[in-house]
Amino acid sequence: MADLSINFAGIKSPNPFWLASGPPSNTGAQVLRAFDMGWGGAVWKTLGDPIVDTSSRFGALEVAGARMVGFNNIELITDRPLETNLREISEVKKRYPDRAVVVSLMVESKEDWREIIRRAEDTGCDGLELNFGCPHGMCERGMGSAVGQEPKALKEIARWAVESASIPVLVKLSPNVTDIVEPGLAAVEAGVHGLSLINTIKSFTGVDLDRFVPYPAVGLRSTNGGYCGPAVKPIALHMVAALAKEPGISVPISGVGGISTWRDAAEFIALGATSVQVCTAVMHHGFRIVEDMIDGLDLYLESKKMSSVNELRGRALSGFVDWGDLDLNYKVVAEVDPGLCIGCDLCYVACRDSAVACIHRAEEDLAAGHRAPTREAAVTAAAAKNAHIVWVDETECIGCNLCHHVCPVHGCITMKDVTGGAPFESWNDRILKGTAKVPGGLHG
Amino acid sequence: MTRSSAPGGERLELRLADHKPLYSEAQARVEAERCLYCHDAPCTVACPTGIDVATFIRKIATGNVRGSARTILTANLMGYSCARVCPVEVLCAGACVYNHLGREPIQIGRLQRYAVETVMDRGGVPSLLPRKPANGRKVACVGAGPASLSCAGYLALEGFACVLYEKRALPGGLNATGVAPYKMHVEGALREVDLIRDLGVTIRSGVEIGREVTGEDLLRDNDGVFLGIGLGSDTRLGAPGEDGPGVAGAVAWIERMKTDSGFTLGEGRRAVVIGGGNTAIDAARELAHLGIREVTMLYRRTAEVMRGYAHEMAQARMEGVRLEERAVVRGFERDGQGRLRGVLLEDGRRLECDLALVAIGQASLREVARQFPGVEVDAEGCIVADPVTGRTGHPRVYAGGDARNGGKEVVNAAQEGKRAARAIAVQCGVSITRGSAIEAGHP
Ligand SMILES: Cc1cc2nc3c(=O)[nH]c(=O)nc-3n(C[C@H](O)[C@H](O)[C@H](O)COP(=O)(O)OP(=O)(O)OC[C@H]3O[C@@H](n4cnc5c(N)ncnc54)[C@H](O)[C@@H]3O)c2cc1C
Ligand SMILES: Cc1cc2nc3c(=O)[nH]c(=O)nc-3n(C[C@H](O)[C@H](O)[C@H](O)COP(=O)(O)O)c2cc1C
Ligand code: SF4
Repeated sequence: MADLSINFAGIKSPNPFWLASGPPSNTGAQVLRAFDMGWGGAVWKTLGDPIVDTSSRFGALEVAGARMVGFNNIELITDRPLETNLREISEVKKRYPDRAVVVSLMVESKEDWREIIRRAEDTGCDGLELNFGCPHGMCERGMGSAVGQEPKALKEIARWAVESASIPVLVKLSPNVTDIVEPGLAAVEAGVHGLSLINTIKSFTGVDLDRFVPYPAVGLRSTNGGYCGPAVKPIALHMVAALAKEPGISVPISGVGGISTWRDAAEFIALGATSVQVCTAVMHHGFRIVEDMIDGLDLYLESKKMSSVNELRGRALSGFVDWGDLDLNYKVVAEVDPGLCIGCDLCYVACRDSAVACIHRAEEDLAAGHRAPTREAAVTAAAAKNAHIVWVDETECIGCNLCHHVCPVHGCITMKDVTGGAPFESWNDRILKGTAKVPGGLHG
Repeated sequence: MTRSSAPGGERLELRLADHKPLYSEAQARVEAERCLYCHDAPCTVACPTGIDVATFIRKIATGNVRGSARTILTANLMGYSCARVCPVEVLCAGACVYNHLGREPIQIGRLQRYAVETVMDRGGVPSLLPRKPANGRKVACVGAGPASLSCAGYLALEGFACVLYEKRALPGGLNATGVAPYKMHVEGALREVDLIRDLGVTIRSGVEIGREVTGEDLLRDNDGVFLGIGLGSDTRLGAPGEDGPGVAGAVAWIERMKTDSGFTLGEGRRAVVIGGGNTAIDAARELAHLGIREVTMLYRRTAEVMRGYAHEMAQARMEGVRLEERAVVRGFERDGQGRLRGVLLEDGRRLECDLALVAIGQASLREVARQFPGVEVDAEGCIVADPVTGRTGHPRVYAGGDARNGGKEVVNAAQEGKRAARAIAVQCGVSITRGSAIEAGHP
């Protein structure tokens, strides 16, 4: 078995899978059950002065029958007495000394931060996470994302925390900003030991068109919720990578946002995360998902001949460059497998209406001098299946990839590399050579 | 290492193609993503071995196919053949919650086959299963059918040295000689035998216990013995005219159809199959697929009370098989040269036929049990053994599979083999540790 253990700024964990601060990490009983099932760590539901929650408090995006593709909540921080939480945290840590127990905190004044940090540390927890991310409710009270969106305030509060704490301090960032690097740098300048991101994104999941109230609805009213779940993964992946790539950021990163499987986790790690946190996927399927996360990551590492998860960390970062450094001579063209094609014509209409109309039906002609290697097979398959089997005019194809994405049959449309040994040349290369200008613009 | 190979030549069974071919990766993913990943899932409860179905399917969906195969095989080492031959309609898939929604249940058998076969194709099964070092203990298994293969495989993972003795030339039991070719050919059964061999099990084919080697020999040389001998030859009807060409026991006929390259259908145009169990339905469907134009099943009671599965019977009917209810055979009619001409029923009906297969059950192999002092056989011919441990009247002899349960499914044989393996391990003082394959699945 590969070594899945990690060391996150001194916080040790037998695997990189942590519960994110949220409903699944609300009580000691829950966290213990999660640890029983194999979770490597947990960030406790944010502590502070207890709040009152609304009912209901969740909304969700369903796409073509797939439930909870995106999820949204207007829940605040913990509604339980501080003492109860602290007692349970110390019990959990005693029962599971090898797991990472991180306590999420959110209070207002400097004195309160000092006080709550002192009491949290008394539990024996391994680290603290400052919740500067919650984009609903708490921000109206000057906390959560109100801090995360204001680098100056963030830096000041983070500094108070770092000064008061004797264990690692993480800052959980809000994605509701223009450039994630700014709050990230502010936190690092304050001396924090790690960053967690992302918290949730301001959102509505829909509108009740009979009662005219957006979701999630509390009676006849609503307020913007925080968006999370599979749909936010691409945003979180980019934000994690942007920070991991930033030279000014040297602290470990805990990746959060849309992680449901070992594969999602591996992607975050490959883009620089040290640990990953999960909330929505646990809310959807329970703590048991961690078994496949551990098993799948282990077998993946084994298949890549990596003996430790640390070897995976950041492996995809060097591939993340500016647009100007991409190879303009790299070229792919679409290829439709006539054997797999079922004749739905979705690629045909996509290419015709949104690209260059280079996908053709079997009966159409090939323009003189153009290449279409699968055309004959498509004609044969069209006759055999009595279906609209299509082919690609490779001479016209711009390799945009749209058809590949719309095709409902996995593996039917592949992108074939036709670079043919053309040398690497980026936009920035062309600028240097003076060949970057594309004719036809404002100035001829 | 020795490999099992199927008999060469044009075996009749090869004319019948796979009804549920291997999924492509894309097909498997799409089907796996349909699974709701139920908690305490009814499919797992319904599986006699207790495979964690929702988890193995989720692993296919997440792209963790090796992990998926591991989830399957730890709970059921016969997961490959089970995926292909299990009557999932009355087991896991029959319990799928989608049935309550009026939607097609998840294709659990096909997904299971996809996971296991994909990993088998890559040769990656043995490295997937946790295996303990040799513990110096020896166990002999009589028969090389699913029950013994399962028992020996689990014991091998626990460090036992296991030898399987099989009287036939081909190992695999009824998986090789009995199951319908459109579910699995001999080749499939032998791949699975090789999988068990790769776990370190030795298979000695062509050795009959009671002949070449005695029960006494086995008891002397081993710490434990497992009897996975299955059932004996087809029960005879005992009706006049039964002896002679054109009338055969269904299981014997299926065995020749599957394994004998010299076997042909002859001139047969009209066939009857006598019986109402799954063997009768299988034989009828096989005859229909092989091109026999008129295939009629003769069952002494009515369709509602048939032992054969309704879904199998419905399929048989779609394939052109007729069912005659309340058809009690009085005798067989032969012409002057002794050729079969028809069957006569008690109510006076007469059906023309030139082939008749008798599928009314299989006899018990009582003589083998007698090789072991203390091992008893009940009135039905089943070896008497504790239902949980499989332990017989002899303290070191265990039994499981058809020989114990009187004839169920491959998956029951697999579970009984696993249970006996656990009991043998415990008896030999080998402690079963958490996470070992032998403790996975249902108790
Ligand atoms: C025609 C037919 C079709 C079937 N189809 C299905 C199906 O589709 N799905 C399903 O789940 N189940 C099916 N079954 C049932 C299934 O095959 C059995 O339940 C299962 O094979 C039982 O396994 P076993 O190991 O107990 O016995 P068997 O598979 O019968 O194996 C016993 C082995 O022991 C050997 N043996 C016996 N005596 C000795 C001896 N003295 N020395 C050495 N070796 C000996 C035999 O040669 C045989 O190979 C079918 C059964 C039949 C008859
Ligand atoms: C219902 C709910 C409550 C949450 N509560 C908190 C919280 O108290 N503190 C916090 O830092 N993040 C909280 N979050 C945000 C999650 O920790 C996480 O950052 C976010 O949901 C993205 O991860 P996911 O896609 O795995 O859910 C909450 C999320 C949800 C859905
Ligand atoms: S999940 Fe439980 S608490 Fe929430 S609405 Fe449903 S029943 Fe009530």
